[in-house]
Amino acid sequence: MTPELQTRPRLAPGCRLNEKNQQPRTLLMPERALRLNGPSLEIVERCDGMHTVQQIISDLQKIYSKAEPKKVETDILGYLTLLQKERALDFEL
Amino acid sequence: MNETSTNPLALVAELTHRCPLHCVYCSNPLELQARGTELSTEEWSRVFREAAAAGVLQADFTGGEPLTRPDIVELVRNARTAGLYVSLITSGMPMDETKLEALVQAGLDHFQLSFQGAREETANEISGTKSHPQKLRVLEWLKRHRIGLTLNFVIHRGNLDELEEMLAIVERSGAGCVEFASVQYYGWAFANREKLLPTRQQLDGCVEFMKKAEERLRGKTRVIFVVPDYYAKYPKPCVGGWGRKLMLITPSGDALPCHAAPVIPGLSFENVKNRSLREIWEHSAAFQKFRGEDWMQEPCKTCDRREQDFGGCRCQALLLAGDAAATDPVCSLAPLRPKVDAILAGINAVPAQSVVRPEWLYRPNPA
Repeated sequence: MTPELQTRPRLAPGCRLNEKNQQPRTLLMPERALRLNGPSLEIVERCDGMHTVQQIISDLQKIYSKAEPKKVETDILGYLTLLQKERALDFEL
Repeated sequence: MNETSTNPLALVAELTHRCPLHCVYCSNPLELQARGTELSTEEWSRVFREAAAAGVLQADFTGGEPLTRPDIVELVRNARTAGLYVSLITSGMPMDETKLEALVQAGLDHFQLSFQGAREETANEISGTKSHPQKLRVLEWLKRHRIGLTLNFVIHRGNLDELEEMLAIVERSGAGCVEFASVQYYGWAFANREKLLPTRQQLDGCVEFMKKAEERLRGKTRVIFVVPDYYAKYPKPCVGGWGRKLMLITPSGDALPCHAAPVIPGLSFENVKNRSLREIWEHSAAFQKFRGEDWMQEPCKTCDRREQDFGGCRCQALLLAGDAAATDPVCSLAPLRPKVDAILAGINAVPAQSVVRPEWLYRPNPA
């Protein structure tokens, strides 16, 4: 299921980013962890229960303005779906 | 020659072997370490700092029962301050609401609560103590905190008819993850193996159940099923490969590649009081022993799956084949697989439901 654009993703209980001074930046989850690179880190940092999916898409389209906007949107929705499958996100209204 | 390892990712901290429960499948060794030999708060805290510096991401606090350490809140805080993600693997006792609050405040990331069954009488029989009502209370307290929660049901012959009731507990708890973990046969579980191994029929029912459970909980709770590997076609990639990902520290500070490693004769373990974690990881003979592939025998040596399962479990090879470098005998390609089949034939000759109460060997408390 694709996340709805008006919902606000928030890291699920037990999921958090490691600290800013720890490299590489990593999403820590119960019993597992996910290394984050440029765009994935930009996305996860915005999964704070404040940004809507739509806002995350707009922000990243600005940051990665050389990329095709539709492609950025598809990639973000795909990544959020993956995190949701990992039970790393709650989607709040 | 050994493959050069990168760095450990997980630190399993066996804070103590003391435990209010006496589970018949406890993964602790038969020879338990006494309270007087346990590492101090400061020694553990140094281990956490060294672990984080060596690249470890996560610390799993376990035991015995980690809550029996009077300094448990301080240990959580110090591991978290060192930069680690902290999981508490616990029976939920001894603990009250105030203690839980303090653990969360100290930075605990993830609470993994073990269950011995869904019914009180089963749980009491398996744990040799009365702990089930406390676990249900703990689940209620946890609802007031935003913290990762995994329920771990250890499943076997004696409780596989309670899966539906277990699932109901999971759904009421709102846990993000549930593990249905089949007993693994080491330590106390090995001693009680014939009473714990499920029948083929039970296992088939269980596999069906897991499919439905996954469907029912999709989007709410991850369902993890740990198969009973005696019935598997291929062995489990034990500890993600020897000396590849995980380090376990015993209550007295011995550094092991896996919790069952002391059953392997001839291995000697370094202690964190004498060497740094990184030195042990890189140079300890015990960690080097089964790292990489050079130790492998046929059929592992030339097997396509050797990078997937690393030949299975070294401790199980020792227990079943008498040789820690043998192919894990649960593998269908192992020369000794017939031995495992013979064990299963014996298990399946007896119906799972029996009026005779098993004569359990209970795990005692160390001095």
